[in-house]
Amino acid sequence: MATVAARSRGRWTLRQREALAAYLFLLPWLVGLLVFVLGPVVASFLLAFTSWDLLNPPQWIGLGNFDKMFSGDKLFPISLYNTAYYTFISVPLHVVVALVLALALNLPLRGIRFFRTAFYVPSVTPAVANAILWLWIFQPEVGLLNVALGAFGVPPQRWLFEAELAKPSFIIMSMWASGGQMVIFLAGLQSIPEHLYEAASIDGAGAWRRFLHVTLPMLSPVIFFNLVIGLIGTFQVFSAAYIMTGGGPSYSTLFYVLYLYNNAFKFLQMGYASALAWVLFLIVLFFTLVQFLVAGRWVYYEGELKR
Amino acid sequence: MGQVGQARVLSSPALPQAVPRRSSAFRRNLPRAVVYGLLAVGGFIFALPLLWLFSTSLKMPGHEFVLPPEWIPNPVRLENYTEAFRVRPFALFTRNTMVILILATAGTLITGSMSAYAFARLRFPGRGILFGITLSTLMLPFVVTMVPTFILFKQLKWINTFAPLIVPYWAGGGAFNIFLMRQFFMTIPYELEEAARIDGAGFFRSYWQITLPLAGPVLATVGIFSFIHHWNDFLAPLIYLSSPYLQTLALGIQTFRGEFGNQWNLLMAASAAMVVPVLLMFFFAQRYFLRGVAMTGLAGR
Repeated sequence: MATVAARSRGRWTLRQREALAAYLFLLPWLVGLLVFVLGPVVASFLLAFTSWDLLNPPQWIGLGNFDKMFSGDKLFPISLYNTAYYTFISVPLHVVVALVLALALNLPLRGIRFFRTAFYVPSVTPAVANAILWLWIFQPEVGLLNVALGAFGVPPQRWLFEAELAKPSFIIMSMWASGGQMVIFLAGLQSIPEHLYEAASIDGAGAWRRFLHVTLPMLSPVIFFNLVIGLIGTFQVFSAAYIMTGGGPSYSTLFYVLYLYNNAFKFLQMGYASALAWVLFLIVLFFTLVQFLVAGRWVYYEGELKR
Repeated sequence: MGQVGQARVLSSPALPQAVPRRSSAFRRNLPRAVVYGLLAVGGFIFALPLLWLFSTSLKMPGHEFVLPPEWIPNPVRLENYTEAFRVRPFALFTRNTMVILILATAGTLITGSMSAYAFARLRFPGRGILFGITLSTLMLPFVVTMVPTFILFKQLKWINTFAPLIVPYWAGGGAFNIFLMRQFFMTIPYELEEAARIDGAGFFRSYWQITLPLAGPVLATVGIFSFIHHWNDFLAPLIYLSSPYLQTLALGIQTFRGEFGNQWNLLMAASAAMVVPVLLMFFFAQRYFLRGVAMTGLAGR
């Protein structure tokens, strides 16, 4: 590097020119960070204390929006409950299903790529096509699911048309898209060094104990990652409910972001929608932090291999 | 070296570790057969909805609800596809989607790789903090920025234009893509660039002529992620595009539903037509795709 430094032109040192180049390279992202991330975050925070219908100037109402949320608005607790119900059942279930699939799809079998594709493809199906397809699978009279269950003598269910079954229906549907997490688990499984399995085998560990004492600890950062990302994503479930049920029947699938969307773009309550967004942000942040705190107890980082 | 280790190709055929080694051939083959059986059943269940989609897209009107379900349509009606394209301007929807997709992806690849290059290769004050902020935006729920961003674009009179769906992607292309590309750039040997630098190449030339040509796999990965994201995106077009002439495929199919709710065969044909490009994309680019996931290093040690 010394030879290069010696060639620096003019009064700029190489260090300075490098830094200047870096900021120029980063210019689009710095603008993006300011205009599309940090600016909106601050604006959203300020808007949360206003009442604004986009037509008249925003009015400062202090904690009015939060007051409404926690005492007046009946739909806020319903949407929060629906979202929590959906999230806390589907996220752990997803992780388990995806992990089992990844373990099976990591076996060195012939044609395994074909199976990987079969399991992965549903998770890249367009949300709209997906929703329409599942609307039909859940169709009470002739839908695929009732026909299939009928073969086992299960009486037909009304799935999306019944308040008690609507949320479980969404959970069933979301399982179909476990492939995204499965791929991440696969990548994790393949980066576990083989010598650990060999050492365990020499020590007399069977398949189950190798799984318990090698695979699980080595994979724990990936499980953690999938839980954190899964929770952030699932809290924001929107498209499927918007297309399939519009929040019904009797608000049983009115998920948080759907309710937020309705407030912002149907009722034009931008202030209230911003307040809702910030409450969601705090909830997500809380659960993410809790996961990071608990992680110390169960997530194993192989420190010396970390860069 | 850790970086290189993380960038391992997922679909490499040599994965011997996971199979328990047993002595007799019978005991070795039995679990294998069981696993095959379970994978076949599971794969079938996972593939079933899509098979049903394609099957229905070829049925005569009125045959969609026949019981027991007709898996192989009789007669096969390919005209569903042409008819779906006729009753709704799907050619226009496809064109709109492609315009957004191509311009947004170009922005992501160009400005994203520039940012990634700076984070991976250049030293400057504030690099650690800026990169930390970049990563932490991954955890920010999009709904927090949704309302102010909408208001911003409304002030700019960009509602009912493609600009809100394209311009933000020319501003770095998002933290995830920057992170992904940075991880890859770190694996490219620095000596190549140093040699070019000694020969008098500037920072831009070593980015453009050394780093980018070697970054094909990661650029492909980001391109594929971007393609699938914009092809499937529903919420952003829903918020910004209300004119019927500007709608994308995702929106077009949705509006189709209200009006022609009973014509399931056409609806399924339109949906199937939207799924096929994604399937082809995944099928041909599977290696890059899986490798990209492995490369984030999030999935590894």
